Amino acid sequence: MQVNEYKPLIVAFCCNWCSYAGADLAGNNRLNYPADVKIIRVPCSCRVNPMFILRAFQRGADGVIICGCHPGDCHYTSGNYYTRRRMSLLFSMLDYLGIEKERTRVEWVSAAEGAKFAATMNDFAEKVAALGENKRLEDLRCKK
Amino acid sequence: MQEINRAALIKRASELLSDGTADRVLGWKAGEFDYDVTPAVFHSVEELEKDFVWGDFCGANFSKYLIKETQKGDGKVIVFLKPCDTYSFNQLLTEHRFDREKVYAIGIPCDGMLDITKIKSMADGVLSVKSEGDEVEIETLYDGVIKEKRENLLPDRCVHCKSKKHVSYDELMGEDGEVLDSGRFDEVEQIEKMTPDERFAFWQGELSRCIRCNACRDVCPACTCEKCVFDNPDSGVENKAAANSFEDSMFHIIRAFHVAGRCTDCGECSRVCPQHIPLHLLNRKFIKDINSFYGEYQAGETIGSRAPTVNYSQDDIEPSEAVERGGDNA
Amino acid sequence: MRKISIDKLNSLFSAIAENETLYLPVDTKAGAKFEKWHDGAVLSDALNTVRSAKDFFFPQTENLMDFKVDGKNIEIIDTREECEDFVIFGVRACDVKSFEILDRVFLAEPVDSYYKNRREHGVIMSLACTKPHETCFCGTFGIDASSPEGDIVCHMTGDALCMDAKTEKGKALLSRLDSLTEETDGKAVEEQKKVTKERLAKLPLASLSADSFGAGKTEKFFGAPEWKELSQACLGCGTCTFVCPTCQCYDIKDFNTGHGVKRFRCWDSCMYSDFTKMSAGQPRLTQLERFRQRFMHKLVYYPTNNGGLFSCVGCGRCLSKCPIQMNIVKVMKKLGGKEND
Repeated sequence: MQVNEYKPLIVAFCCNWCSYAGADLAGNNRLNYPADVKIIRVPCSCRVNPMFILRAFQRGADGVIICGCHPGDCHYTSGNYYTRRRMSLLFSMLDYLGIEKERTRVEWVSAAEGAKFAATMNDFAEKVAALGENKRLEDLRCKK
Repeated sequence: MQEINRAALIKRASELLSDGTADRVLGWKAGEFDYDVTPAVFHSVEELEKDFVWGDFCGANFSKYLIKETQKGDGKVIVFLKPCDTYSFNQLLTEHRFDREKVYAIGIPCDGMLDITKIKSMADGVLSVKSEGDEVEIETLYDGVIKEKRENLLPDRCVHCKSKKHVSYDELMGEDGEVLDSGRFDEVEQIEKMTPDERFAFWQGELSRCIRCNACRDVCPACTCEKCVFDNPDSGVENKAAANSFEDSMFHIIRAFHVAGRCTDCGECSRVCPQHIPLHLLNRKFIKDINSFYGEYQAGETIGSRAPTVNYSQDDIEPSEAVERGGDNA
Repeated sequence: MRKISIDKLNSLFSAIAENETLYLPVDTKAGAKFEKWHDGAVLSDALNTVRSAKDFFFPQTENLMDFKVDGKNIEIIDTREECEDFVIFGVRACDVKSFEILDRVFLAEPVDSYYKNRREHGVIMSLACTKPHETCFCGTFGIDASSPEGDIVCHMTGDALCMDAKTEKGKALLSRLDSLTEETDGKAVEEQKKVTKERLAKLPLASLSADSFGAGKTEKFFGAPEWKELSQACLGCGTCTFVCPTCQCYDIKDFNTGHGVKRFRCWDSCMYSDFTKMSAGQPRLTQLERFRQRFMHKLVYYPTNNGGLFSCVGCGRCLSKCPIQMNIVKVMKKLGGKEND
C-alpha cells in the first residue's frame, strides 16, 4: 500500500549558462531529484526579481531556489554578484517578517555539476518538506 | 544669533524674490487649525505674509515636490529644507530627478516636529497647540488646557532623529547640527530578537491593517517611478484592494526592497499612514542589513554615491550567511 | 424609550450577540475600529472609528463570482449567499447618514444585490455624540449629531444608555431585550441633546456653509481658477476616499488563480492615475482634474442627481488623515465665496 506522502512544490530559477546546463547533466546522468522541482530558465540569476519569488509563493510554491554560475564565472561577468547582494537582503527581510528562512535558497551550480544539482534539489526538497505547506506567504484564492 | 522663526524665513524669502534670485517659494501654508499645514507654492511677498507658516507641524518633506515644480517655468524655486529633507534632496539629485540649477535651497534647523496623533490621543478636541520652549500647551474643547513636555509629543522619526546636519543647501539659516546616534535601529533589533512565529504574528498584525491607499508610496521621496508596477495593469500584480494578507505583504516587501539603498530614512511613510503601520521598520531593516553586510552607507549623504544595492564586491557574504547574521548582528 | 445602566452594558451586548453577530467600536493600537463583540470587549470612548461604517455594507474587496474553465466549457459559479443578521452598535450620526447616500447609489435600479443583501440584514444602533471634535462639521449638511437616525437610536446619558427604536427592525430587536431594560421618559436624553447642541454651535467649523454649492452648480465651479492652488500639493493617494463614509466608487477585476478566475470588486479612488481607465486612457489626465472630480462629486454632481442631497456628511476623517492636510473644508472655504469668509 502506498502512503500518501506530502510532496512540496519547488520552483527553481536556473541561469541559462551554468545551472540549467547542470540540471541537464543531472538528467543525462540519470540522477534522481524530486519531480516536484519545477525549473524556470532565466538568462542570468540576476534576472530574478524579488517579485518572481513572491509570485511563486503566491501561486502555491512551498520553496523557491535560485541557481546561478559560481561567483566569478558569470556569463555576463557580474550578474550573479548582484544576485548575491539582492537575495541576501531579500532573504534577510523575509526572515525578519517571520517567513521560514529554509523556504528560500541560493545555490551556485556550474554546467559540470550535475551531481551537485541533484544533491541540492534533494536536500532542499527535504528541508522544505520538513516545514510542510507554505502558509505564511500563501494566497488563499490560488488554493485548489 | 539670528532666531529662525516664521518672520525670519519670510524676510529672507522676500529678499530673494525681490532681487530676482527666484520667482517662487515652496513652503508650508497655514490651515484651519494649528496642525493642518499644507505644502504650497507662494509667488509673492503678499502671499507669504498672508499664509506662510513655520512651526511644529511643518513635517512634510519638500524634496519630492521639486521634481514637478522644477519643470514648471524657467525661474528658480526657493525651498526650505530641514536636515532630514536634505538627504532626500541629495538622493534625488543622485538619481537625476530634478535640475539643481532651478532650485535655491535654504537649510533651516529643526528641533523635531510634533505628532498630532499623540496630541489627539491625550486631548479631547484640539483647539490650538502652542510651543513654548520645552513645553507644549494644548488648548482643548473638553479637557481645558493641557501642558505636556515636548519630548513626549515627538513623532517616532524625530525621537530617533538620525541627523541635525544639513548635507545640501545654497544657504544655511541658523547653525548646523551634527549627525546623531539616536538608536534608530533599536526597534529593528527588538523585532529581530523575537522568534520567527512572534515576528510573523507581529507583522501580520501590522500589515493586515493596510488599506492600500498608497499614501506611503505617493509621499515617499524615493518612490519616483513614472509608473509604479502596482499601478500598471500589464504587470499582473496591479491590485487596488487589500484583498488578503498576501497582497499586503507583497506590496510592502516589494516597495521596501525597491527603495532599499535609496531610502534616506526620512520617515514620511510612517507619518502619513492612516492606519499607523510602522513602515519605517521595514526600511530600517534594509538599512541596518546594508550597513552590517556591506559597510556603513547613508543614502543621500553625498550626491552621486553608488548605493550598495547596485554594487558588489567579490567577497560579499552568501545569502545563507545573511539570514543567519541578519538577526545576530545586533 | 428603554434604558439600561452603563455597568450592565456587557450583559446587553451579550444578549444581542446571542442571536446576531454584534459589531462595536473598540480601541486598537491604531485608533478605534469596529470589531466583532466578544465577552470582555470594551466599547471605545473615541468619538469615531478610523475607518467608516460603510465597510459593513460596501466592503473594500468582495468576490462577485467565480469562473471555472474546463476545456472549452466555462462554468459560472454564483458565490452569493444570504447574509446573516448582524447588529452594528455605536454608529455616529454622520455615518448613519452616509448609508442613505450609499443607498441612493446601490439600491437604485439596477439594484446591487450584494449591497442590498447586507443592508437588509444589518440593524443599526446609532449613538448620539456628546463631545464633537474640532474637525466635525456634520451640521453643515443638516445632520444633528445629538440625535442621529438609525434603527435604534442610543444616547449615553452619564450613568445609563437610553435606546429608542425607530424602525420595525429596531423594535423587534429592542423588544427582545425587554427583560434587561427598563422604560424611561427620556428627560435625561432631552437634557443631554441640549448640552450637545450648545457644544455643536461652538465648534470651530460650525459656521461652515454649503449654501453656495449644490445641484446645477457645475458651470459655476468647474472652471474655477482656485482648483490649481487647491490641488497643487495633492499626492494622488487614496487615503481620503478610503476613509470616507460616502465614497462609493469601485473597480471590477478578474483575478487569475491559476486554475480559474475570481471576479472581484474593490474600492477605487478618483485620485488614482488609473481610475476609470479605458482603452483610450484615463479621461482625467492631471491631478487637478482628479482632485476636482472628488469635490465636485460630493458638492455638485451628486446633489444634482439626488435632489440636492450632498454626498459629504462632515465626519472629519479626511481632515485628520490626509497626508498633506488638504480637505473638503479648505475647498469649501476657498470656493464657497463670502458665505465662508
